[in-house]
Amino acid sequence: MNEKYIEVRNISKHFGKVKAVDDISIEIKEGEFFSLLGPSGCGKTTLLRLLAGFEYPTKGDLLIDGIDVTALPPNKRPTNMVFQNYAIFPHINVVKNIQFGLRKLGLTKAENDQRVEEVLSLVKLEGYEERYSNQLSGGQRQRVALARALVRRPKVLLLDEPLGALDKKLRDEMQLELRNLQKSIGITFVFVTHDQEEAISMSDRVAVMNEGKIQQLSQPNELYKNPNNIFVSDFIGETNFLNGKTNEKHGDKIDVAIESLGNFKVDNRLNISANTSDIVCSIRPEAMMISREVQSDWDISLPASIKQTSYYGEMTRFYVEVKGIDQVLTVSSQHFDNQSFQTGECFVSIGLEDIALLEKK
Amino acid sequence: MWRYINKLYARSDNVKAYTLLTPALIFFFCVMLTPMLLTIAFSFFTQINMNEIDYSFTTDRYVEFFNKPLLTSLLFKSVKISFIVTFVTLLTAYPVAYYIAFYVKKNKTLWLILMSLPFWTSYLLRIFSWKIILGTKGVINSGLITLGLISEPLTFIMYSQTAVVITLSHAWAAFALLPLYVSLDKIDYSLIEASRDLGNSRLETFWRVTFPLSLPGVIGAILIIFIPTVGDYVTPQMVGGVDGRMLSYMIQSYFGKVNNIPMGAVSAVIMLAAVASITMIVSYATKKLTQRVA
Repeated sequence: MNEKYIEVRNISKHFGKVKAVDDISIEIKEGEFFSLLGPSGCGKTTLLRLLAGFEYPTKGDLLIDGIDVTALPPNKRPTNMVFQNYAIFPHINVVKNIQFGLRKLGLTKAENDQRVEEVLSLVKLEGYEERYSNQLSGGQRQRVALARALVRRPKVLLLDEPLGALDKKLRDEMQLELRNLQKSIGITFVFVTHDQEEAISMSDRVAVMNEGKIQQLSQPNELYKNPNNIFVSDFIGETNFLNGKTNEKHGDKIDVAIESLGNFKVDNRLNISANTSDIVCSIRPEAMMISREVQSDWDISLPASIKQTSYYGEMTRFYVEVKGIDQVLTVSSQHFDNQSFQTGECFVSIGLEDIALLEKK
Repeated sequence: MWRYINKLYARSDNVKAYTLLTPALIFFFCVMLTPMLLTIAFSFFTQINMNEIDYSFTTDRYVEFFNKPLLTSLLFKSVKISFIVTFVTLLTAYPVAYYIAFYVKKNKTLWLILMSLPFWTSYLLRIFSWKIILGTKGVINSGLITLGLISEPLTFIMYSQTAVVITLSHAWAAFALLPLYVSLDKIDYSLIEASRDLGNSRLETFWRVTFPLSLPGVIGAILIIFIPTVGDYVTPQMVGGVDGRMLSYMIQSYFGKVNNIPMGAVSAVIMLAAVASITMIVSYATKKLTQRVA
C-alpha cells in the first residue's frame, strides 16, 4: 500500500480576499476511505474541486500516485467525481450515461460492454439501462453517478456530499453500501460531508476542517474521544463545555479548577501549561450518569434538577441544571427514559477520566 | 338557478380556462383564422377578369403555380435566403448567448438589454442605415476605395441576396439571442463539469453536452427566424433589388397590380405549406442528429 497515494502539499486557494483553502497539507493512503468534514463554507468542497481539477490552487502542489497533477485539467486526471446533485446527463439514458466516460479510454467494444455490465451489477441497476434521469429516484440517480465514475476505474473517487439529497432511511442504507463497495473494489475514496455522523461511521480517517484549515486529522474514534480543540469537540457529537483554569502540573495530569465545582486532577493529553486561565472542560452527555440518589462511588456527583427531556427511542436526553452552575448540561441515558424520570430533583455524576481539557483560543 | 351556474363554474376547470381564453380566441378567430380560411378558399377559385371571380372549385391554380418557373424559383430562393439568414444569425447569436449565460456573473439582464439596444429604433430606419452602409457610395465601398483596395465600388453587396441576408440577420439576431440564452442559462453547470471529469475536452463537452442541452433554444431560434423571414417583404424590397426578390414580392403583386387574387392565394398557401413542412423536418432532424452526437 502506498502511504502517500495523494499528496496535498501546502495548498491554498484564494477567491479574491477569501482564503477558501489556507495552506493545507494532507497525505492520503492508497485504498483509504478519507473524509473531509466541516460546516458549510469551511473549504472542504473547494479542496475536493482542487483534487478534481475544477479549480486550480493559488499556491501549493498536488500529487496523485507520484504524478504532479497540479496543472492538469479535469479530463487528464486519474480522478472521477460523484456530484452532489449527481449531474446525470438528462438527454441520454442510463447506459449511455455510464458509457459517457469510456470513449476516451480506447477500449474494445467487448471490453466496453463487459465493464458496463460489471458496474451495473455492482450498483444493482440491471434493468434500468433504458431509463432517463427523470424516470429515476434519488437513490437510483446516485447509483448511476457512482457507476458512471467507477466504470472508468479511477485511481481516486471523489464524492461531494453524495448522500445529502437522500432521505434518512435511504441514506443509512447507502452509507453501508458505499462502505462495502469501497472495501470490495479498493479504490481510494475522498468523501466530502458536513454530516459528522456520516463521516465518523464510514471513514478510515477524517480531516475536520474549519475556515480553510484542518482542525484535526485522525481516525474517527480519536476525533470523538480525544478532540484537539474546542471546534472539533463541538462539531463531532454532542458535548458540554464548562469553563475553568489550570493550576499545578503533576506529570501527565494537571489540577484544574472548574467554575463553581471545585478542583480536580485530570488528564492533560494536550499538554496545557500550568496556570492557564482560559480552559474549557468538555464532557460528553453519555459519559455522565443521571440518578435519583447521590452516587458516592463516582468522582463527582452533583445535585441537579431536570428542566426538560427529549425522547429518542434508543436513548433519552435530559437537560439538567446543576446547583451552583448557571448552565444547563445535556445528559443522555439509555437506562432511563422520560417516563420513568421526568422533571424534578436528581443527581448528575461524572468520572474524571471523561473530562477532556481544551484550550480556548 | 344562479347558484346552480355558480356551482358549475366553480367545479369545472375547463369552463374557467375557456373564460380566460375567450378574448384571445375571439381575436384569433377574427384576424387570424378567418383571413386564413378565406385565403385557402380563394386559392380554389378563378380570376376571370379585373373585377370578376369564378367561385367554382378548381385546383388548376396550384397546377399553374408549379408550371411557372418564375414562381417556383422565387419560392426556392425565399427558402434558401431564409436558411442562410437563420444559419448566420444562429452562428452570431450563439456565442453571445453562451458568453452571457456562462461568463457574465453580474448584471446579466443589463447585458441582454444592451444586446437589444439596436431594436429601440424602428425596423425601417435600420434598413435605411444598412443602405447607407452597403450602398454604392456607402460606408464600405467608399472606405475600401479610400484605402485603395478597390477602384470600382463593389456591386454585389447592395441590391443583392447578400444585402438581404446581412440586413435580415442583423434584424433577427436579438430574437435568436433570447431563446438561446434561456436554454443555455438553464443548463446545470455541474453537467459540464461532469463531462470534463469523464475525460472530455472543452470542445467535446460542447458537442456532447452543452449543444444537445441547448437544442430547445436552437430550435426555438430557428423557428423564430426562419418562419417570418421566408415571407419577409420589406427587406428584399428595400435592399434586395431584382436579385434579392423573394416570393412575397409576387404575392403582393398578385393581390395588387396584377389583380389575380386566386393566384396570390395559391402562392401564399404554398409558401405556408412549405414553411410548415420545413419547420417540422428541421425540428425533427435536429433532435435525431443530436441524439447520435450524445
